[in-house]
Amino acid sequence: MTEFMKRLLKTPQGAIGILLVGLVMLVVVFGPMVAPHDPEALSPLSRYKGPSLSYWLGTDQYGRDIFSRLLIGARATVVMAVLATIAGTLIGALIGTASAFLGGRADELIMRTIDAVMSIPSLLFALLVVNLLGSSTINALIAVAIAFAPGMARITRSVALSVRKQDYVNAAIARGESSAYIIRREMLPNVVAPIIVEMTIRVSFAVMLFATLSFLGLGAQPPAAEWGLMVSEARRYMHLSAGILIWPSVAIAIVAVGFNLLGDGLRDALNPRT
Amino acid sequence: MIVYTLFVVSLIVFAITQILPADAAVMMLGENATKEALDALRQTMGLDAPVWQQYATWLWHVLQGNLGTSLRTGQPVGPAMFEALGRSLLLAVFSIGLMLILAVPLGIIAAIRRGKVADIVVSLVSYAGVALPEFVTATIAVLIFADWMKWLPPTGYVPLTENFVDGIVHLVLPVCVISIILIAHVSRMVRSELVDVLHTDYIRAARLKGISSGQVLRRHALRNALLPTITIVALDVGYLLGGVIVVEEIFAIPGIGRQLIVAIQARDLPAIQAGVLIMAATYSIVNFIADILYAWLDKRIQYD
Repeated sequence: MTEFMKRLLKTPQGAIGILLVGLVMLVVVFGPMVAPHDPEALSPLSRYKGPSLSYWLGTDQYGRDIFSRLLIGARATVVMAVLATIAGTLIGALIGTASAFLGGRADELIMRTIDAVMSIPSLLFALLVVNLLGSSTINALIAVAIAFAPGMARITRSVALSVRKQDYVNAAIARGESSAYIIRREMLPNVVAPIIVEMTIRVSFAVMLFATLSFLGLGAQPPAAEWGLMVSEARRYMHLSAGILIWPSVAIAIVAVGFNLLGDGLRDALNPRT
Repeated sequence: MIVYTLFVVSLIVFAITQILPADAAVMMLGENATKEALDALRQTMGLDAPVWQQYATWLWHVLQGNLGTSLRTGQPVGPAMFEALGRSLLLAVFSIGLMLILAVPLGIIAAIRRGKVADIVVSLVSYAGVALPEFVTATIAVLIFADWMKWLPPTGYVPLTENFVDGIVHLVLPVCVISIILIAHVSRMVRSELVDVLHTDYIRAARLKGISSGQVLRRHALRNALLPTITIVALDVGYLLGGVIVVEEIFAIPGIGRQLIVAIQARDLPAIQAGVLIMAATYSIVNFIADILYAWLDKRIQYD
């Protein structure tokens, strides 16, 4: 594990990715405790303020402190994205493994169906599901999880199939190991790694998908401090103060770049050949 | 293959619109309609039939080219949707064009100058490109180029047939916004494909024969490295269609994405069904063409 961490930190992507994701996680855990202001406190006298000692990133159209809102909104944005990605990955991994295991006609049918589901753009799929269930944060989570499942199923299946053909699996079979042992000790460790890499990169897509749903009015609802919603609300006032638009955008970008870099770093660290 | 895809999509779309808590009869007659009037309308619309029968009727009509009547406007859905699709395709084609013009050379430069400054700059740009969702880049672009600089109009759509120059000017921001993520993704893919190809034996052999590096790149490396790009671009059409929804909403372009958002918000079931079906069909057809093109260009692959 320590050796793995060393390999991860040696790649520039891994090091910067760990730094950014670590920073985001700190904000998720401690953000609400250290926020200097109440994120929903309106102060009509100090609207559209630029950055100052009291308001580090300035104030928005209602005089709310942008920095505090970002710190508190991290949970709504990042935690939801991570949960949705994990849920989507589990569903997808289950379908993908089952498909690879069943093989033959069943495999063909499942994969063709997955292809068909994937022909609906994931944003549109999420929009339909949220509209079906009603717009709320939990429903947005379910929508993103369902939208991610087919892609993850496809990846899991292809990884499982290629691992199944490896010599070390055949060697284990030749040694007379039990199926349970082969699946647990030989296949699983090699299937999990690429899935974790894909999952890490997908978190950044999930963050963007959540933000987009909120932006279109189908995710978090005002006055929540969700980052996508903050951008959406800022649109009408952006010519008065660019800060209300810029800072939530920067926050979204940091999370997305962080998880993307971490995913790339993990891929390099987990694959000794490159 | 395409037929099966569209069949599954039609099932999904129909299932979702069946579960949607919207009663078409109530929507058409209003909340205060009498029970008798509602029942009569349901009967004429076939809403009292079993679900599978409704699905069969709907599918039969779709196959005949009749996509139903909008609950919101009372007009046939099909012509309106296809007209909107035309505007979206215009947007999509310009975006893919811009993407190819920029992404392929960027990827090639990054691969040739691997590890050098140019490579690092391209990869930084591509990380920045995938980091921001379309609605953020679109909003920032409007703020900078429309609000501050006043170079370009913030929103709106002008048909090219009406006023070509004005139409193009209105398309500049939406096209740029849509292509950013595509450029980031495709340039990264071109780079990694080309890096792989440059390490193969036949490239080494070509170099050892004494062919100039430009010739090696043009005649040997690029031909093989650019082939997978076709598949990647085709798969990216899924992202593109999603991005089109957001960008049309922000820039007020009356394309299929905006039609769909309006339909979803109004729970206009026939319009939702038609819109999703058309989007899925577009994606499937593009990927089908890409597969054929790939097999045609790469003689090693044969489809039955």
